[in-house]
This record gives sequence, structure tokens and C-alpha cells, in this order.
Amino acid sequence: MRTVDLSQTSLRELNAELHRLQRTTNETHWRIVNPRGQHAIGVGIDAPIVVEIEGHVGYYCAGMNKEATIVLNGNAGPGVAENMMSGRVHVKGDASQGAGATGCGGLLIVDGNASARCGISMKGIDIVVKGSVGHLSAFMAQAGNLVVLGDAGDALGDSIYEACLFVQGNVASLGADCVEKPLEGRHKIDLARLLEAAGLNGTVDPASFRRYGSARKLYHFHIDNLGSY
Amino acid sequence: MESPDRWIHTPPRMSATFDAFSIAEIRRAAATGIYDIRGFGAKRKLPHFDDLLFLGASVSRYSLEGYRERCGTDVIIGARFAKKPITLRIPITIAGMSFGSLSAPAKEALGRGATAMGTSTTTGDGGMTPEEREHSHILVYQVLPSRYGMNPDDLRKADAIEVVIGQGAKPGGGGMLLGHKISRRVAEMRTLPEGIDQRSACRHPDWTGPDDLEIKLIELREIIDWEKPIYVKIGASRPYYDVALAVKAGADAVVLDGMQGGTAATQEVFIEHVGIPTLAAIPPAVQALQDLGMHRKVQLIVSGGVRSGADVAKCLALGADAVSIGTAALVAIGDNDPRYDDDYRKLGSMAGAYDDWHEGRDPAGITTQDRALARRLDPVAAGRKLANYLAVLTLETQTIARACGKSHVHNLEPEDLVALTIEAAAMGRVPLAGTNWIPGVNGGL
Repeated sequence: MRTVDLSQTSLRELNAELHRLQRTTNETHWRIVNPRGQHAIGVGIDAPIVVEIEGHVGYYCAGMNKEATIVLNGNAGPGVAENMMSGRVHVKGDASQGAGATGCGGLLIVDGNASARCGISMKGIDIVVKGSVGHLSAFMAQAGNLVVLGDAGDALGDSIYEACLFVQGNVASLGADCVEKPLEGRHKIDLARLLEAAGLNGTVDPASFRRYGSARKLYHFHIDNLGSY
Repeated sequence: MESPDRWIHTPPRMSATFDAFSIAEIRRAAATGIYDIRGFGAKRKLPHFDDLLFLGASVSRYSLEGYRERCGTDVIIGARFAKKPITLRIPITIAGMSFGSLSAPAKEALGRGATAMGTSTTTGDGGMTPEEREHSHILVYQVLPSRYGMNPDDLRKADAIEVVIGQGAKPGGGGMLLGHKISRRVAEMRTLPEGIDQRSACRHPDWTGPDDLEIKLIELREIIDWEKPIYVKIGASRPYYDVALAVKAGADAVVLDGMQGGTAATQEVFIEHVGIPTLAAIPPAVQALQDLGMHRKVQLIVSGGVRSGADVAKCLALGADAVSIGTAALVAIGDNDPRYDDDYRKLGSMAGAYDDWHEGRDPAGITTQDRALARRLDPVAAGRKLANYLAVLTLETQTIARACGKSHVHNLEPEDLVALTIEAAAMGRVPLAGTNWIPGVNGGL
């Protein structure tokens, strides 16, 4: 395992080294210590490696990740795993706003809470938040799944497209064009898969969630929907 | 007996306030209940580059020989931070226009024309297509609020990155692409349902404000290992502060788009009533760069209503490093071509006025996703036309620069300009012709 001390090594050196890794690299396990809240740690990785970060990070940790498994033993600043393409990012603490923003694939797990706009404009990423999410989460969410074991703040799923939202706790309010939908068998299967991937296999009942998605009334401009715009 | 004059009517008198267009728009709004959406840029008469003139050389200035003495046109963009700045042979770039708003042949034509002249073209709100990358030697990749098609591979394939905060046609507004143009391929690239009326976000999803922008630019630079230049594009509204904040955030270049800048689809009320003219935006932007000691270090690229080499030269003289063209480039490859006038009239328009680019029924095959219409555009021939047009713009710019005694187009300066109107003198911060009066600068008025 390779250990990088960010109090000794610059962020630029670290990211450049991570970018040089090929898919066939033998350096498959990295440990980063003393992140000290720095921004953009581990962004743009494109290799099937494991990166463990010991401490809190600033903005955009694991941004645009491909293939890598990134475990954060701390809290994450805004935009953790933004635009992730594939791989897995696991925040053991809390995440600030915009967690998983515009993510296209992969799995983001937040053990604690995620702040406002979690999953904003998500495009295929799966997000499992074991705590609660803040307001305007899944705003304009296009594709993928957002699973929340706690509560959701105001305007959940505002202007949502085809993403699926599952909330076990209370939803303060739904945003424009977001409605509750029946939780059917296939949704429970999807949920069980996501919960298992998040390490919650058998501990949480998929049937205890409520499902939300698009009413599809704002997909076309129409005068009757004026009040919703 | 009544006087025959009693029955003489006054001639019909149209209101200057409620003119024919206003009355038609009221009737249209009453009939449909929805605002008018269209393409193109502002169509109203605005103070513009036509209101400026060059003085040229005479006894006190020495001109350059038009065909023998060199007048450079190259531009280097991005030397502030990027390991690999880009070099353009001419100071004219192609503005961001998406695949989706434009057909694939149109995007290819833009790439071919720009490449032939050694300049760049730009993606748009929909991601990068392989064809676009293949045919564009220098390609600028836009990072927009929607992040449609955004991915790190394309980020690394790009020669420069442009973080779009706004555009001149709609500062403060997001993109729009109506259902007629959300074809299967466009929908897949944007991860959207096919055929919907797409509304893009107007704000970026993962940052808010100038301090966040600085951090966002660092993230992008880290992902591309600080290799490529990063531009920040703003719609002209408060250019002094926006340019200063973009520089502070770490931009290598600032793209400033005035209200005459085009759009694929936006509300008419937005196009005509939000933002400021390009002419009025340049001096405050240059002032911001000068106040920060960053003029010519952070490049300023100006767009919005550039049509001729005279316009290019005027932008450069006011302090821009390069210009960008969108609408003019589309016209060059065949938009609003008179040979399609019958088709335009069937759509309720005419050649030269067609602006319903959002409907996807463009007879010229440019602003459409209809395959049959798109096949009307030959990308090789259209690319050649664009290259010709860019060559003329460059030659015209050089003609003016040499007449002003400049060995490089960047040596043009405000001192070479005068204004024809008080408005243009105030906005362009150059003297009214025949005087030394610059309203608001000297004389206090």
C-alpha cells in the first residue's frame, strides 16, 4: 500500500501520480493522510484502485471518478463525487451540499447526512444516504437512484426527470412535478440491490420506503402548467 | 348644404408605441398564452460598432504598405496557468453552439472551416461529438450548468475548457431546446427522455458565487493536470465586476458575450431586454483587466454582433484579444440563404429574417435534427465557405490595422477610434468624431 502525506506532498503531485496509473497498475491501494480539508483530492482518477483518505476534505473530493473505490474516513465538503462516471465513493462521515451532483454512474454512499442539493442533476449515479438529505435534493435529477434512510428536506425532486427517489423517513415537501409513486416489486428489488451494495443487506426492509418520481407534466410547455414554472 | 370637406378623413395613423410588431405580439400572446421563443440575437437597433470609425494614418501617423509589410494576426490564449496554451492563427474563433441546436453536418462544417483557418471552434450545451472532435483541430469544451454529456475523457480530449456562466442573449438564463430537436441521439447524449422540451439550469449545480468558482476551476485544472487553458464565459451585464471576479477566480481567458449574441432558443423578451450591447460591455471589461494589471495576460474574447473585419478591428482596438462569431458563422455556411426563400415563406418567415431555429425545421439543414433537412447541408462545401469568410474577416482586419500603422492587429488601440454618436462615444469611451469629447470621461457630462 502506498501512503501519501498531504502535509508533505502537494495536491498537484498527488493527483498527477494518480492520473498516471494504468488500468493494469500494481499500485492498487493508496492511503492519503493529512488531507486537512484540501479541495479536489483524488479528482479525475481513471483506474480500478482503492484510495483511502484519513480525515476531512474540502470541495469536490473524488470528482469525475472512474473505476476507483474511494473511502473517506471523515466529512466531505461540497460536491463530493461530482460528475462521477463509475466506481464507488464511500463517505464515512457527513457530506456537504451537492453530493453526487450530475453523477453519471457508480455508487456514492454517505454514512451520515448529506446537505442541500444532494444528487442535483444526477444522470445515472446511485446515491445511498444513511442519514437525511437537505432541501432541493435531486433537483432536475435525470437518471439514477437516490436512497435516503432518514428524512428529505423541502422541494425534493423539483423539476425531476426520470430518476427514482426512495425515502424511508419524512419528506418536508415535494418540488414541482415530483409525486409519490407506488413502490412495486421491481423497485423493491432495485432497493435491495442498492442497500446491499451500501452494506445494509438484511438490516433495512425495502418495503419501508416510499418512492417518488416525475409526474411528467412539465416535460412540455403548456399554459395550464404556468403555476409550476 | 353640408360642406363636402366635413367627410374627409385623416389618413390611418399607426402608433409609434403600439407599432405593427407590438400589436401582432399582443395578439399572438392572447391567442397562445405563452411567450414567444425564437433563435438569433437581439434584432432591435442598438448602439454598435457601426457607430465607430477608424481615423487611419496621415501626417502624424505612419501607415503600413498593404501588400508588403507584415501585419500579424496570431493570438496565444491561456499562458497564465496552462502548460499548453493554444495558438490561433487569426483573432476570430467560433462560438459555442451545441450539437442538438445544430445538425451534425453544421457542426462538422464549423470544425472544417475553423481548422482550415487555424482557429478554434467550441462545443455547446450537449457535449462533444466524435465528429466534432475529428474535424476541429482546436476544440474548446464547454462546462455548462446542465453538464449534459459532461465527462472527464472529453475534458481531456479538449484543447481548452470554457466554463459558461452566461451568454449575451440571456444573461441569467439557462439553455432551452424544444422537443422537435430532442432526437434519440440528442436525448441519449443529454440523458433526457426523447422529445421533451428541455430546460437547462441557469446556475451551476455544484458551486455558488466567485469564491466557489475559484475552487471549481482548481478542480478542473487538477483533472486535466493543469495542461489546458480555462476560459470563463459571461453574458454582458456587469462586465467590470464579472471580469474582475473571473480573473480573481483564476481564468486564463474571459469570453464576453454582448446582447447581440445569438441563441438557439430563448424567450424574445429575454433576448431583447436583458443584458447590454457589446459595444458598451468592452470598455468596462478592459478597464477591469487593466486595473488588475492583467490586460493581455488574461485574454479577452468578445462576441455578439461581429459581422465584418471592421467589427473585428474595432473590438481589438477597444482592447479585446480576439473575437468570437456564432450567428455570422451560421450565415456563412448557409443559414438564411435566399435560395431557400420559398421554404422560409412556407414557415411564415423569409430569407434574412428566419429565426425560428428552435422549431427544428430549418430549410438550410443547419438548426435542425431532421435527417432529410440536415442532408441538404454539405459539410465540406459549407466548411469551405466558412474558411473563405474567416479569411475575408482577417484580411479586412489587417487592412484597417495597416491603415492605422499597426504591424500586428493587437496594436490597434482606442486612440485609433472616434464615434459617430454621443451614445457610442460614451459607451466606447472614445471621442465624438471631430471633437476631443468623451462623454462621462472628460468634460464630466
